[in-house]
Amino acid sequence: MVGAFACLLLVSLVPLPFIVALLAVMVITAVLGALIERVAYRPLRQAPRVSAIITALGCGLVIQNTTLSLSPYARPMPRLFESRTFEFAGVTLNSLQLFIIGVSGVLMLGLDFVIRKTDWGIALRATASDRATVPLMGVPVNRVISLTFAVGGALAGAAGVLYSQAYPVVGAAMGALIGWKAFVAAVIGGIGSIRGAVLGGYILGVVEVTTVVVLPSTWRDLIAYSLLLVILIFKPNGLLGSAAQQKV
Amino acid sequence: MPTPRTLGSSVAGCRWALPVLAASAFLAALLHQQWALFNGYTEFVLITAGINIILCASLNLVNGYMGEFSVGHAGFMAVGAYAAGLLAVKILPGATPVWAFPLVVAFGGVIAAAIGFLLALLSFKTRGDYLAIITLAFLMIVKSALENIPFTGGPRGLLGIERLTTLPQTVAWVIVTLWVIRNLVYSKFGRGITAIREDELAAGAMGVRTREAKILAFVVSSFFGGVAGSLFAHQLQFINPATFDIIRSTDILVMVYIGGVASLTGSLLGAVLVTVLAQLLQPLGTWRAVVMPLTLVFLMLFRPRGLLGLREFAWLLPGRELLQRIKEKSP
Repeated sequence: MVGAFACLLLVSLVPLPFIVALLAVMVITAVLGALIERVAYRPLRQAPRVSAIITALGCGLVIQNTTLSLSPYARPMPRLFESRTFEFAGVTLNSLQLFIIGVSGVLMLGLDFVIRKTDWGIALRATASDRATVPLMGVPVNRVISLTFAVGGALAGAAGVLYSQAYPVVGAAMGALIGWKAFVAAVIGGIGSIRGAVLGGYILGVVEVTTVVVLPSTWRDLIAYSLLLVILIFKPNGLLGSAAQQKV
Repeated sequence: MPTPRTLGSSVAGCRWALPVLAASAFLAALLHQQWALFNGYTEFVLITAGINIILCASLNLVNGYMGEFSVGHAGFMAVGAYAAGLLAVKILPGATPVWAFPLVVAFGGVIAAAIGFLLALLSFKTRGDYLAIITLAFLMIVKSALENIPFTGGPRGLLGIERLTTLPQTVAWVIVTLWVIRNLVYSKFGRGITAIREDELAAGAMGVRTREAKILAFVVSSFFGGVAGSLFAHQLQFINPATFDIIRSTDILVMVYIGGVASLTGSLLGAVLVTVLAQLLQPLGTWRAVVMPLTLVFLMLFRPRGLLGLREFAWLLPGRELLQRIKEKSP
């Protein structure tokens, strides 16, 4: 949501080409993500985990409702991308859709590579698995976590920009449901697995669209969330997630 | 987590403080019923506060005492509200007599508890983030199902519910809720529930039947969620699925965490505080929705367990528990 609004603000102030705007927005949301981490999460590093979830929810509500108070009505988003429609093997596509799929594919492959291969990615996964030991190995935990929030913010900002191009109306509440759906997709795929998240996102998307084709559209959430329940009953750690080790 | 602490344990007054408080609250409510002590607005706020106390205390059982993170409490509220509303409007002939209203409310609670039992059976394998997501899915399924069943009125909601929720009825249900949850928490089963919060594996190894304890906590919590929903439906006289969305769940969560986890006096305080603040901040308009979560964030930063987290006023404790704690203090 912030990404889409930042983009709207940017392009209404200075006419930027789409790619520049996208990158600028990613920088803005990255800074915001790191800032929230610094203010609201770092003091809670030692507190129970639930407190951090609560502050996360709280920060989300503060941002969303501040935007709502400043801009109560949904605003139209100018088209930044020349879109051409063409037909390929009986499927109608436009270049915007292809571009969105392409950008998200590049970002996901990049993220998967970074988390698997780079020093920062390894440090990140180590921090997730054992927060107490990792600092003893000389890993700057605070810097790793700040960077993680910045990357997460940048990606969410990019998603906001792309979404606002596909559905060109931006409003304060646009991110809330998508945020929960992102969580659902991550859980279907298995928390802690980028590939799982991609798989979960596609499963959720396909199920939602198929439901609307077959049944009245009001059944969409019912079917999607029932599927989630069924998956979690049989695979309690998601499709690609590994079972958390219980330490004794 | 540290051991629970006792507040204000001047021992002498404690044994009779709770019955006196409960009785005087109920008496005041009865007197109001007779002579209308408060105006309609105050009565509305008081009833809302009562319903919020029930919701907050029952969610605290799962989120505070058991240490899980359920975001589906509004779903149980919806089930209770619709069960009671449908029973009163569509199944029972004619107007519901006043003496039958507690039964209608209890019916809403029982249906919600049955659903809570099913959900607990499905989700006992999962914990943490995954349980949170299951309760979220449950909430969405309930809301979506209610929207799609013509019998419940669909998205337009259920109309024509009688206004039966009175102040004495609400106060009575608040007292019942706090009494049952308190006695449960300080019983053998309740110790088991708290032990699960600290370490499920160790609790199991010490002989706690973790599965039974979890299911029990879930069922009791959802029962009172349903009760609150029934009272809510008969207060507003109109319910629709959109009333019971994730925002309402978030509101209840805010109350629990402002008041304090694993503390019934905390739930009492949190629910009343949030209800009253919400009314006082009305002039702020939509900025109210900024101020409330901001307060929550700051509270979490400076008091991560809420105002009264893990603490209990001495007057709420059962007598035996209180004696035990005094003995521990002065050996």
